[in-house]
Amino acid sequence: MRLAPTGRNREEISPGPVDSGQFPALRSRAVHCTVYRRLASQSAGTEKHAATDSPPYRPRPIPLQELTMPLTIREAVDFYRVDEWLTDEERSIRELVRTFVEEQCFPIIVEHDRAGTFPAHLIPQMAEIGMLGANLDGYGCAGMGAVAYGVIMEELERCDSGLRSFVSVQGSLCMYPIHRYGSEAQKERWLPAMAAGRAIGCFGLTEHDFGSDPGGMRCRAEETADGFVLNGAKMWITNGSVADVAVVFAKLDGEVRGFLVEKGTPGFIANDVHGKFSLRASVTSELVFDDCHIPRENALPGARGLGAPLSCLNQARYGISWGGLGAAEFCFEEALRYAQGRVQFGKPIASFQLVQQKLVTMVSEITKGKLLALRIGRLKEAGKVTPAQISLAKRNNVHVGLESARMARDILGAVGITDEFHCGRHMRNLESVYTYEGTHDIHTLIIGREITGCAAFGNE
Amino acid sequence: MKVVICIKQVADKDARLKINGAATWIEESELAWAINEADLFALEEGLRLKEKHGGEVVLLSMGPARTQEALRKALAMGADRALHLDDPAFEGSDVATAARIIAKAIARDGFDLALFGVQSDDLGSAQLAPRVAEHLGVPHAAIAMGIAVDAGSGTVTVKRELDAGTLEVVALNLPAVVSVQLGMNEVRYASLKGIMAAKKKPIAAIKAADLGLSAAQVGAAASRTQILKVGFPSAGEKGKAEIFGGPPAQAVAALIEKLRKEAKVL
Repeated sequence: MRLAPTGRNREEISPGPVDSGQFPALRSRAVHCTVYRRLASQSAGTEKHAATDSPPYRPRPIPLQELTMPLTIREAVDFYRVDEWLTDEERSIRELVRTFVEEQCFPIIVEHDRAGTFPAHLIPQMAEIGMLGANLDGYGCAGMGAVAYGVIMEELERCDSGLRSFVSVQGSLCMYPIHRYGSEAQKERWLPAMAAGRAIGCFGLTEHDFGSDPGGMRCRAEETADGFVLNGAKMWITNGSVADVAVVFAKLDGEVRGFLVEKGTPGFIANDVHGKFSLRASVTSELVFDDCHIPRENALPGARGLGAPLSCLNQARYGISWGGLGAAEFCFEEALRYAQGRVQFGKPIASFQLVQQKLVTMVSEITKGKLLALRIGRLKEAGKVTPAQISLAKRNNVHVGLESARMARDILGAVGITDEFHCGRHMRNLESVYTYEGTHDIHTLIIGREITGCAAFGNE
Repeated sequence: MKVVICIKQVADKDARLKINGAATWIEESELAWAINEADLFALEEGLRLKEKHGGEVVLLSMGPARTQEALRKALAMGADRALHLDDPAFEGSDVATAARIIAKAIARDGFDLALFGVQSDDLGSAQLAPRVAEHLGVPHAAIAMGIAVDAGSGTVTVKRELDAGTLEVVALNLPAVVSVQLGMNEVRYASLKGIMAAKKKPIAAIKAADLGLSAAQVGAAASRTQILKVGFPSAGEKGKAEIFGGPPAQAVAALIEKLRKEAKVL
């Protein structure tokens, strides 16, 4: 006999004299397998689509194997046991973040993707765990190494590139420049609040007409008696309209300089980009500066020249090289489970050669990508990494992510185009990741310049 | 206030279990491990008591070297230090023997309140907490859904879950032993800082000799029960187990029919 009852009586217990109101709903700590449990829940067969917020139409019969083969968090693909090269702490961090993502993020991500909303309610928990600015030292940040930071990005992007983008932007593109280029007062003011999730940041470099060529930016700063006045606009800014502070780059007397612009500053507005088919669970905005006056102390003293924003992008791109893998791993696992359960011509499609070839391509590329990511992380921790090396990892691993998502979508056939499965959303998201933070092609040319000594872009 | 939390490392509930070669237990090699779920609620309660009353949260677990992984995880959530009953001689201890060993270890370290999960996910006897309380000679309450300590009077008030959705409220003098029900609180996540801090928190290994116990007083030698055989119920074998297939409505109807006519429990 089992003493522990199910949750069914939980509401019937009337609060007694001791600590009344101390009975939150039962939350199982062990729901490692949310996604696959969701698959299992479909076995009830076809459901009618009611008028309001009903579950979607689910015509697919559930293959028995999906019910009998739950995927545990420790079974995520790691063909070469690369995780054995992680430290105990890094492995613990992976398990922690994966548990958080599977308990808190997977169950809500599809509805946010549909609605085009960012799940802001996750921010306090992310902060409490220490994910925001995790690789920065001091000021309330966790002070993790590059690999631990990478592992966090990988686990977040298993769920959604938009979630990972939020954490990337907050940590690598906003907290990092304040940490590296900011004054002591700026650090004290912003970093603890941002690490705690009480303040959100964004990063304004790209403009409507200047993406791959940021040096051509039109955004201008002019010095005034007590500060600066900004004019111009930034585009494709993650977290733009929700940010409490924007790190904005503008030219002052021809030199790129970094400024902190606070939400609500007169002359600064943020307009959200609508109609995205990608990164829908992430806020993307246009920042407009129209005679926007900011005080003198809001200039980032150390941020002079294009090198400053590019150094931030290096941090973020490094994290993305892990993130792309996370998406790839998830898509592989989803495709594998599906192929093992989906029967055609009397046998699982996993037994067909063309399907196996796709799965093998995915697992090969993921395995290589993991080795790349870990190696570059260790180089970064040793202070030996070069921007071109980071370009190679970002370029390769996001490509692996996108191709894996496409192959998974292919293996899943018709159901792959519904959001009952996640590879389609990953595919849409990765289309953005493929061309943001340096397009795939620009990274090709950065690496090309590094190895040949000849620049094939710009006017160099 | 010193709270001792007893935790057990068990097979992860999503792990695919296999029976070992001798059919006496599950195959432990390559198995994914986790902290027994009910113990997490006990830990959370202990951490909250410390936050409220100050003091110390001490973990205690019995098991082989791999148990350290569970202890580190619990330390990362905020416990201060751990006692690891780590001695090959402890192997094969049944719940009665384990209770004797654990009670010795708790008494040796001292405590105001010892919290247990109500039962383990693997053996599920739910006997450990009451047995330990008896050995320690202190009061105990089982299946707690609420715990409030009054440091001034040295008592703990426990809301216990009874059948049919009723509750019983009991007050115990400290020191006391309480077993905690699943769902009594919302268990926190560890944090990155917690994981790093856990590296430096002490885990003290305790052998039988440290507790003044001889080899004959612990382990299989001292235990009056042993597991003879472990196996999966074999589907389809008459009188043992049956899986009802088909659409849910049909399966439920067949199950009810069986419960009425064969088991005669409805």
